[in-house]
Amino acid sequence: MPDPSDMTHRAATIAVLVENEAGVLARVIGLFSGRGYNIDSLTVAPVDAEGRLSRITVVTSGTEMVIEQIKAQLDRLVPVHKVADLTLEGPHLTRELALIKVVGSGSARQEALRLADAFRARVVDATTESFVFEMTGSGEKLDAFINLMRPIGLAEVSRTGAVAIARGTASLTV
Amino acid sequence: MSSAILPAASDTQSLTGAEIVLRALKEQGVEVIFGYPGGAVLPIYDAIFNQNAIRHILVRHEQAAVHAAEGYARSTGKVGCVLVTSGPGATNAVTGLVDALMDSIPIVCLTGQVPTHLIGNDAFQEADTTGITRPATKHNYLVKNINKLAETVHDAFYVARSGRPGPVVIDLPKDILIGKGPYRPAPQAEHRSYRPQTEPEAAQIAKAVALLKGAKRPVVYAGGGVINAGPEASALLTKFVRMAGLPCTNTLMGLGAYPSSDPQFLGMLGMHGTYEANLAMHGCDVMFNIGARFDDRVTGRLNAFAPDSVKIHADIDPSSINKNVKVEVPIVGDAAAVLRALIAAWEADGAQQDRESLAGWWRQIDEWRGANCLRYVQDSKIIKPQHAVKRLYELTRETGRDTFISTEVGQHQMWAAQYFGFEKPNRWMTSGGLGTMGYGLPAAMGVQVAHPDALCIDIAGEASILMNIQEMSTLAQYRLPVKVFILNNQYMGMVRQWQELLHGGRYSESYSEALPDFVKLAESFHGVGLRAESTDDLDRVIREMIAIDRPVIADIAVDQKENVFPMIPSGAAHNEMLLASGQITGGAGVTDEGTALV
Ligand SMILES: Cc1cc2nc3c(=O)[nH]c(=O)nc-3n(C[C@H](O)[C@H](O)[C@H](O)COP(=O)(O)OP(=O)(O)OC[C@H]3O[C@@H](n4cnc5c(N)ncnc54)[C@H](O)[C@@H]3O)c2cc1C
Ligand SMILES: Cc1ncc(C[n+]2csc(CCOP(=O)(O)OP(=O)(O)O)c2C)c(N)n1
Ligand SMILES: [Mg+2]
Repeated sequence: MPDPSDMTHRAATIAVLVENEAGVLARVIGLFSGRGYNIDSLTVAPVDAEGRLSRITVVTSGTEMVIEQIKAQLDRLVPVHKVADLTLEGPHLTRELALIKVVGSGSARQEALRLADAFRARVVDATTESFVFEMTGSGEKLDAFINLMRPIGLAEVSRTGAVAIARGTASLTV
Repeated sequence: MSSAILPAASDTQSLTGAEIVLRALKEQGVEVIFGYPGGAVLPIYDAIFNQNAIRHILVRHEQAAVHAAEGYARSTGKVGCVLVTSGPGATNAVTGLVDALMDSIPIVCLTGQVPTHLIGNDAFQEADTTGITRPATKHNYLVKNINKLAETVHDAFYVARSGRPGPVVIDLPKDILIGKGPYRPAPQAEHRSYRPQTEPEAAQIAKAVALLKGAKRPVVYAGGGVINAGPEASALLTKFVRMAGLPCTNTLMGLGAYPSSDPQFLGMLGMHGTYEANLAMHGCDVMFNIGARFDDRVTGRLNAFAPDSVKIHADIDPSSINKNVKVEVPIVGDAAAVLRALIAAWEADGAQQDRESLAGWWRQIDEWRGANCLRYVQDSKIIKPQHAVKRLYELTRETGRDTFISTEVGQHQMWAAQYFGFEKPNRWMTSGGLGTMGYGLPAAMGVQVAHPDALCIDIAGEASILMNIQEMSTLAQYRLPVKVFILNNQYMGMVRQWQELLHGGRYSESYSEALPDFVKLAESFHGVGLRAESTDDLDRVIREMIAIDRPVIADIAVDQKENVFPMIPSGAAHNEMLLASGQITGGAGVTDEGTALV
């Protein structure tokens, strides 16, 4: 039972299984903006064979009471099947994909490649003056790599936002 | 996201989209549609023309269509049905939809839309209706495939009435309405994703019983959810409260859920609730909230709300629980199911109640009752608005007729809540959550359509009534003998009251200037106009109004300076109440923080 006087914020990674129908994403996003909840990231894609179900992963933060509200509000949307608070429910994996463009020449290029190797970022495009690195990992790992690239010639970043799944046999299905 | 591919239309013969809509409405039990035509919905009007099963009531403004459907729904427990055209038809309906959303009223609103191939082209009378109404509805649909039309209508009715009820929009492009497709009957299978929990968990019920049996200072706080759950829930509430000997208060939306004449009823609670109800809430040790949502108009300052209480909250919508107020015993379920389980568990449970403490608590409550917080002095010929409502209540009761009251929004609404007594649910229609001026007249119209022989009265303010006055014409057309009882104080009284109490008496733009002659106005709309200038006229005018079997406007000139009391100023606690001008109990009155609140 959340305590309303408890103002400590926590992050929550919430997985939502929804009917893959028109407007469902607008509903979820409208819920967050309309009620003033934070969205740190949000990802969505169909996840079943028939393309009828989509999974939304939303990373948010708030007090315990706000996070309980967010889950209850999501759960009462008509096309929502299931809501799971992965942060609360136990160990889970979070991954994010980033494409990172670094522009430069000379020693900067060498430095970029060396760091990319250390971070296990892959080169997916190269010209004489640029690289595009592909990197998967936790948000923090991506942040660390991107920050290192800044002084070297970071030109552009495209990130997916987090996707997440619980460890072990427990599965979120309808 | 793409829509899923449907299995080929197998079953029945082809109908036009418009015919499919009407057939589905009929299967859903719709008897009346409140609507207004336009280009995009002409095919549905054609289908209406060709049948007799469903009656259409032509309103004079789409907002009124939704309020009328709300009145119909609230007074019958059925889903109200609305039909409007695209563009301005749909946008005019939006206020009504939000009103129904805030007050949990089941509505299905059909909106016309431009043909699918023109959507997004800024076509004539195109509006992004599903976009606009997404936050204004419980759910909405845009039908793009005629094979899904019947199923969508069935789905909409299921969603509107299930769980916490609410308004649902179905946007219908014109090509779908004229195209041909199959009819599919309402599905028997469970809904794929929306299955609200109605039966409470036994463990939670047991906790509630234990707490309530051990309570020394219990209180029952019952709201609109009990009305939503159907008349049986009100009967069960009454049974439970009586068998347990508990004090019971109702929210504005809950009036009628518990009989007002019962000695265990404390009256309404909240900002304009009674002294005894609010102090009982403040002083209780166990609170049982059933079907109420801890609205800010009820709780006052949250950190001073029922500070020494353990709270039980039964609600069908988990998002209502722990939203504003933390509770110790949440119970998710339908109010009737919860009360049934509670009564059974109470009877099965061997523990005794602390009857001695309860008797002491009642002595305390009776002392608070002694403050007689709703007293007023009718000492001149100028009609006190409270007196007008009280006489209306007494004289309508004398007739023995089933009486339904709706209101507009303002002081008159609060006086209606305080001085008109309700013995049964579904007799009281008011706009609580959104507070929509202009609600009352169309709502009364919807009630009268559902209950042709009943006495339907809109207790109105002279400002609010002008917001949907055009519906007088609808009343005339369908011979709906709705009575409009205007407490005419020549002010937006509720605004004036706040300006008096919070803004140094600067009555900025709150005077009702250039009012119409309401008697002539009634006559010009083919109704009857009456006016009471002084206490000498009041009873006669009320009796005449009741006796006339036609629409009536009774314009009652009331004291312009009267304020609504008791009042808990915004941001104050339940024990910091204004009982009358300048008479404050407990606290400091209005704080700076309170001034920022609405
Ligand atoms: C000028 C003005 C002044 C006002 N002053 C006051 C005041 O002094 N006092 C007051 O009380 N209100 C007042 N109001 C009204 C107030 O704004 C709220 O609308 C009202 O308090 C809400 O009532 P409720 O808590 O019963 O909830 P409702 O809005 O009726 O909500 C019903 C609750 O029950 C739940 N529910 C729905 N169906 C079921 C079911 N089948 N079973 C179980 N639960 C269900 C819903 O999920 C919801 O939580 C005022 C309004 C205006 C315009
Ligand atoms: C559509 C709408 N606009 C504005 C308001 C704000 N408001 C609340 S009460 C009120 C005055 C109502 O005046 P009247 O109908 O004369 O009722 P009284 O308070 O005088 O009884 C106003 C303007 C509202 N509730 N609804
Ligand atoms: Mg007025």
